[in-house]
Amino acid sequence: MLVPLSWLKDYVDIDVTPDVLEEKLFSCGFEVEEKYEVGKDISNVVVGEVKTCEPIEGTHLHLCTVDAGEHGLLQICCGADNVAAGGKYPLALIGAQVYATAKDHVTVEGVMTIGQGKLRGYDSYGMLCSGVEIGVTEDMFPGAGYNGLLVLPDDAVPGADVKPILGLDDYIFDVSITANRPDCQSIFGIAREVAAVLGKEIKEPALDYTESDVAIDFNIRVSAPDLCPRYIGHYVSDVTIGESPLWMKRRLALVGCSAISNVVDITNYVLYELGQPMHAFDYSYLEGGEIHVRRAENGEKIVTLDEKEFSLTSDNLVICDGVKPVALAGIMGGLNSEILDSTNAVMFEAAKFAHDNIRKSSKALGQVSDSSMRFSKGVDEYTTVMAMKRALHLIEELGCGKVSKTAFDVNTGNSIEPRKLTVSVARVNGVLGITVPDEDIVRILTGLNFAPELNGDELTIYIPGYRVDMESYQDVAEEVIRMYGYDHITPTFIPTAKVTSGGYNLKQRSELKIKNALCAAGASEGVHYSFFSPSDFDLLRLPEDAPERFAIKLMNPINFDLSLMRTTLAPQMIKAIARNQKNGILTGRIYEMGNKFLPKSLPLTEYPDERETISIGVFGDGEDFYTLKGLVDVIASALDIKFDYEKSSKTFLHPGRTAKVICDGVEVGYLGQVLYEICDELDMRVPAYVAEIDLRALTKYYGKDRKFIPLPKYLEEKRDFCFVMDKSVTCSTVEKEIEASCDYITKIELFDIYEGAQLGENKKSLAFSVVFTPKDEEFKPEVIDGFVSTILKNLEEKYGITLRA
Amino acid sequence: MAELSELSEKLSAIKSQIEADLTGITSSKGIFEYKKSVMDSKEGKIGSLMKEMGKIPKEQKAEYGKMVNEIRNWATEKFDALDAEFKAAEQKARYEAEAIDVTLPSKKLKKGYLHPNTQVRNQIVDIFGSMGFSVYEGNEIETDHYNFTALNIPKDHPSRDMQDTFYLSPEFLLRTQTSAGQVHVMESQQPPIKIISPGKVFRSDDDATHSPMFSQMEGLVVDEGITLCDLQGMLDVFVKKIFGEETRTRLRPSYFPFTEPSVEVDVSCFQCGGKGCKLCKGTGWIEVLGAGVVNKKVLEGCGIDSDKYSGLAFGIGIDRIAMLKYGINNIKLLFESDLRVLEQIDD
Ligand SMILES: [Zn+2]
Repeated sequence: MLVPLSWLKDYVDIDVTPDVLEEKLFSCGFEVEEKYEVGKDISNVVVGEVKTCEPIEGTHLHLCTVDAGEHGLLQICCGADNVAAGGKYPLALIGAQVYATAKDHVTVEGVMTIGQGKLRGYDSYGMLCSGVEIGVTEDMFPGAGYNGLLVLPDDAVPGADVKPILGLDDYIFDVSITANRPDCQSIFGIAREVAAVLGKEIKEPALDYTESDVAIDFNIRVSAPDLCPRYIGHYVSDVTIGESPLWMKRRLALVGCSAISNVVDITNYVLYELGQPMHAFDYSYLEGGEIHVRRAENGEKIVTLDEKEFSLTSDNLVICDGVKPVALAGIMGGLNSEILDSTNAVMFEAAKFAHDNIRKSSKALGQVSDSSMRFSKGVDEYTTVMAMKRALHLIEELGCGKVSKTAFDVNTGNSIEPRKLTVSVARVNGVLGITVPDEDIVRILTGLNFAPELNGDELTIYIPGYRVDMESYQDVAEEVIRMYGYDHITPTFIPTAKVTSGGYNLKQRSELKIKNALCAAGASEGVHYSFFSPSDFDLLRLPEDAPERFAIKLMNPINFDLSLMRTTLAPQMIKAIARNQKNGILTGRIYEMGNKFLPKSLPLTEYPDERETISIGVFGDGEDFYTLKGLVDVIASALDIKFDYEKSSKTFLHPGRTAKVICDGVEVGYLGQVLYEICDELDMRVPAYVAEIDLRALTKYYGKDRKFIPLPKYLEEKRDFCFVMDKSVTCSTVEKEIEASCDYITKIELFDIYEGAQLGENKKSLAFSVVFTPKDEEFKPEVIDGFVSTILKNLEEKYGITLRA
Repeated sequence: MAELSELSEKLSAIKSQIEADLTGITSSKGIFEYKKSVMDSKEGKIGSLMKEMGKIPKEQKAEYGKMVNEIRNWATEKFDALDAEFKAAEQKARYEAEAIDVTLPSKKLKKGYLHPNTQVRNQIVDIFGSMGFSVYEGNEIETDHYNFTALNIPKDHPSRDMQDTFYLSPEFLLRTQTSAGQVHVMESQQPPIKIISPGKVFRSDDDATHSPMFSQMEGLVVDEGITLCDLQGMLDVFVKKIFGEETRTRLRPSYFPFTEPSVEVDVSCFQCGGKGCKLCKGTGWIEVLGAGVVNKKVLEGCGIDSDKYSGLAFGIGIDRIAMLKYGINNIKLLFESDLRVLEQIDD
């Protein structure tokens, strides 16, 4: 929120520099996001009095001698048509900084530094300036808008800095206000805080006015008190619409609001000054002798001041006269009751509307105004009452109307008087952990208008009507400490807390163990969004009825590509591989551990299953199905379990290079090579392989006891076999058969694969080394021979596998 | 003693022969072969001498044996010395031949890296774990109740405007803050409570500095006599361990609906030490987390006696810490699995 220093000074005697004020505001919870001097770009511009002024023949120029006080008498060439002897104008000295303008003398094109110039052969030691050149507008100083020199007042002293005269020495603070302090969304609200933090008196703006004898027959009723707990109306007669005085226009300009006409300016002025949006209806357009605040009828229409038409619903609140809607409550007035130059009587409105309703309406209708933004933050009824008085005072002060006797205050009975709250001082200090001296507590709370009464440990405060946020001793503690200073807080280390044990639990440790194991195996951990794109299903070639398509939709996604909660981690991994390839990384290993989201029903009626899942992707040189399989096996070995693999299929994976991963007979995932078509679609240059493992299914193996297996007492026997078989027989078939043939086998390892013409058509050879570990006694050679013959017999009988000759 | 004198001559001859032979041998392998041939018990010049023993008269056997041993020892010493000499030379030559250019690039050992967020998260868990905090992971999908209402943010609360929420249904949403997990913990457990709750959170923000998904870590302590001073004390320890021992903290007033008082915690800029630089935008301070004393309404809503217990809570942006700590300049880089990024951070 923009706060001009000059405006603040109306209410508080500020005797500190802008820098100190910024620090003070920061210390009590109001961060100044930006602070700037109004005339920050202007320097070395002084009052210059033109002593002589002679036209230069054949040009539009004048050659002047200008009295610049202590800076001497300077010769200046001037092209402005209003330069005249005896006049006082802003004079930019050599070295001064002013705004550069385009040929039209109006459009600012940047900042320039004045040097010694020569015009038509005449030296010029400076420049007389227009309003535009020194950043002064008509709203800030009358006459400043003239396309010529800005004329300074007669009492300006030659050589004096022009900044104080033109208000260029003012500062604007852009203050950020936290959501709990709507009462500070105004200049006066900030002034109250400034007064408290500087220990100064707060001076209230004038609220007095005199009612005339005028009264009209009128009524105001509110039929939606839940959305409008207070509605104050006051009739003003004998209105003369005209321009606002300079001081008001200037202030509105400083906060970025353009002046329109006195009555409208008053409503805006009160909005910025007190934080209460107001509205003025042209009385002559109000039909039926009443104002009725009600929910709109479905389909009801209104055209607002900015000439936009809206079709309303019963969720919108409207202000109507006896016949039609005349305003979109809290958001914008209607075009049909706008203040015009011809307006001669006005009905003023100051109301409190439910902030969530205004927010929703404003959002739903796409219509935002200063008023709606202010209402959305919350307005208090104390200020609503005050604002009407202030507006009526300003009507009188500006002399633009007569305050009548016809006034309404329709309310639901909420008190605006101070609320009493009694708290224990010990509790207040207990929150803080320090003991703030009683006198400081009283001083601070007095400064914040809480009228504290301290009686032993019992502290009673009277909370002003505008501080709706104050509820308990915790709030009091916050008020005390932010004014007392957070630098008084001294570090302690939970001396009263009980000792607890901490750190990762078994599940978290196990997950970290898997991550570390994958890292040790050369894979880096990535993190992808929890949401993905509906088009990812198509990327994966998933059929319409694929379970993955049963996904939770975001009601308000950022865009289509981030509009579903992911049901598989694969597409993001595949895309990550493609992105890396695009970046010139042509080999790599990535894994992600994250949740997929499986709804039990749609739309959601209960928490969905957030299922911990791992995806792994490998690509490029040196990577293939088996390196990926190695990474999947890393997970198994991290958990001290074993995975089995069976040929399988997936719509997005190579039909000949896909396997499902099985643990204890349960399918827990898959791995395979990504379809070439998908690689092409994503402009990949090298093949990609992807696996996805359901980590949740493995949680039961977390923390499996690892028992030491004693080293064998007797010598192990190792035998190598080279088998010949049909190509269709899988490695795991052979392994399983060997394993099942003998109880003493502890290790079976494939060490060679061979396919060749001499084996015969459709034949291959697999070579295994098998380790037999004795249990209770040393093997006799004939025992091993027995094992071997059983193995050979079983393989031959079941699969026609023979030893290679 | 004719045999012995004859033998003596024979041995001299053998010696001369061996010495002559040895001049022609130039490698340890040659020595090995030659030694083998000389010592061969059947045909070797020395090895076969013992065969003669049978022919030696009894009383001369001892003398004969001594002489044979002498020559055997003489030969062995000779061979061994030469062998050692050759071996030394051969090793030297081998080392010379095997010399490499040590400045050639190293062989790349493939290693993977934990995500920067995981690294930061592990560090934070280490710090708070040692203080007795356990780790609670909540749901990414939450109800409006746990994410807002139970945290003192009712439907019409203005601070809902502070957070653009992704809704999945009128009731369910993507949690906007890890604080959502606080309530689950407090509902299911009586004090003492000390938890940290790391996880993904979501807000409808997507620009240069915001990502719609980011990571937070919530901390919560509920016990008797917990105060704002404890918050300062604990966070002092935390920032010193994360950013370095010289780091100082500063509390300043702020607002969160579930804490009262609420503070913003700034740390002294670890890049410039507080003098002011680009990182800290010239202020000397960097905002790293929000915190406060748990609002008693939140405690009471969870069935915790606010007369007996008090609590403090803090929320840390994990990505923000990672970005500050490692100098990562764009939050989106954390979610793109770009190996050029991931393989840089190893803390
Ligand atoms: Zn810095």
